[in-house]
Amino acid sequence: MKKRVLSVLLAAAMLSTLLAGCEKKPEAAADGTEAASGDVVTIGVFEPASGDNGAGGKQETLGIQYANYVTPTVEIGGKEYTVQLNIVDNESSNDKAPSAAATLVSAGASVVLGSYGSGVSIAGSDTFKEAGIPVIGVTCTNPQITEGNTHYFRICFLDPFQGTVLANFSSDNFGAKKAYVLTKLGDDYSTGLGHYFTEAFEALGGEVIEETFQEGNSDFTSYITSAKNEGAEVFFAPSSTEVAALLIEQAASQGLEIPLLAGDTWDSNVILNAAEGKNVDIYVSTFYQEGGNPEFDAGIKEWINSDATAKANNGGDDTVSGLTVMGYDAYYVALEALKAAGSTDPAAVNEALWDVTYTGVSGDISFNEIGDANRDAAYIKHANTETGAWDFVAEQSVAE
Amino acid sequence: MEWITKNLPYLMAGISVGGQYALIAIGYTMVYGILRLINFAHGDIFMVAGLIMVYAVTVMPMPLALLLVVVATVALGFLVERAAYKPLRSAPRMSVMISAIGVSYLLQNLALYITGGLSQQYPAIPWLSDTVTILGATTKRVTLVTPVLTIILVVVLGLLIKYTKVGMAMRAASRDFETSQLMGIKINSVISMTFVIGSFLAAVGSMLYFTNYTGVTPTAGAMPGLKAFVAAVFGGIGSIPGAVIGAFIIGICENIIKGVGWTTFSDAFTFALLIVILIAKPTGLFGEKAIDKV
Repeated sequence: MKKRVLSVLLAAAMLSTLLAGCEKKPEAAADGTEAASGDVVTIGVFEPASGDNGAGGKQETLGIQYANYVTPTVEIGGKEYTVQLNIVDNESSNDKAPSAAATLVSAGASVVLGSYGSGVSIAGSDTFKEAGIPVIGVTCTNPQITEGNTHYFRICFLDPFQGTVLANFSSDNFGAKKAYVLTKLGDDYSTGLGHYFTEAFEALGGEVIEETFQEGNSDFTSYITSAKNEGAEVFFAPSSTEVAALLIEQAASQGLEIPLLAGDTWDSNVILNAAEGKNVDIYVSTFYQEGGNPEFDAGIKEWINSDATAKANNGGDDTVSGLTVMGYDAYYVALEALKAAGSTDPAAVNEALWDVTYTGVSGDISFNEIGDANRDAAYIKHANTETGAWDFVAEQSVAE
Repeated sequence: MEWITKNLPYLMAGISVGGQYALIAIGYTMVYGILRLINFAHGDIFMVAGLIMVYAVTVMPMPLALLLVVVATVALGFLVERAAYKPLRSAPRMSVMISAIGVSYLLQNLALYITGGLSQQYPAIPWLSDTVTILGATTKRVTLVTPVLTIILVVVLGLLIKYTKVGMAMRAASRDFETSQLMGIKINSVISMTFVIGSFLAAVGSMLYFTNYTGVTPTAGAMPGLKAFVAAVFGGIGSIPGAVIGAFIIGICENIIKGVGWTTFSDAFTFALLIVILIAKPTGLFGEKAIDKV
């Protein structure tokens, strides 16, 4: 008898935790906005806050939150609406992304921003498509995301472009003839960018050694040894910041003397912190160079420094990442679309997005017929291991 | 000579990671030897040890932090046993195992909650993380220290088990749990001691491992834990020398496979090796015969 009572109690306790789980969601949603009164329009934020890409996702979300802080309302069809951000965590995981997307659908988002990481964007895409909600990709660079659909847009450049930029850069600046490309198995971003880099580099007459690593791997010493043994002149590693930190540490301790190259994900202070004081040579391609818009920089730095949570989410200092800037611009693109649509109906917003043009901090934004931004330049930055900041190297476009 | 310079780093990485797996594998194998329980939370205790270090150095000097990591990890291992396994001593073995899986997820999610899911940079331990060059290959000093330290610890552990009273009690308990109880062995303190030793080695292992691979994430214990578990099964679960040798074999093979260029298959290889060994020798390399499988 006693046992039965106990088991009923235990079952009740477990159920209550389930319920508690449900209740928590809206609370997270209210993050960043005070109790909205009157008309509210919901913008979904589909970003990783944990897992491999957690650090980058948080920085991107930060840009969106800052934009929301600067402009908390929008005029739609002659009426003032309060913008409510509904932030969900897709946990950097392709399996969890659809359920995170479903949360936003049921929250009634008019438009969704995100995600950092191409894999989760592709994984969540169909959920939004079925619900008819348009999505604005912030920094997801894999071409597959916008291909073959009409609801996914993006404001950043694409991997074929980025891969070519980096291949040109390694050939022009280092005269590299042999590149070592390390990608992560099963990661759409990593394998995609690696593939386009390889293509472009081989087209330039170079030779590429391709190797892969698996989820959960933290031992990169053998890869670095291989790169040295093969006589590679550049080491290209499009990967998450988490992997980057490990890779940089191990490259430094093994005395890898060739430049380390990576894509937009590495534009993060995680990289700067890992590289500070070490003998490594890191170049990344990205969307924005700090100092490009001093007014914006000053504003966001003040906001980050005034808010302890924001500062922690930015990795503990006030370095402005290209991701944050893109998040900021994406929010305004969404507002422009809402204004143009004159309604909070997702279908109308989707329709209006095709014609939206906006001049953001990162440059002019307009969409082509696939839903991709028309962009023709990327910034190359170099990690200064003494000051722990990014040095501007070049603005590179694809010469053709 | 050039061949050595080129290939030595693979071997060094293999031996060093093998030593780190060995320190974790001993925890699995000892607990299994006595309780016939696969302690799934062991890999996560290893991860927590890494996290304690990350937070400890921010408030205290390094030697104190190292000491705290060991003490706190041992306390955690002890507590986990008391809270999650001891109440289930007479329950079916499956219940204890499920409880172990529960503890594993609890620790991972607590870590997720505390760290916010982001990778934490492991502090550099002076001397251990210095760079050294041997035969033209550059590496961290920890790579060289690990195998030596592992062997010393294993020898000490072997002496402890062979010549002390606790060791004798452990051997008795692993031979026959009930009878040793009847003979007046305080079985609870013997089991606690097993967890204390296992956690101590996991703490040491975490210092060595994370000095080399400096990111601590909530799931950082999963892969090393799994590999160490494979090593323990490979060497014959329940046998300490078996676990150590299994760990070194797995660590070295893994890195050689990567060196040959089959990077995609390095993990697949580890697990394929396990299957082959289990088919050929179901009790592992050094396992007792007629073992009671879970």
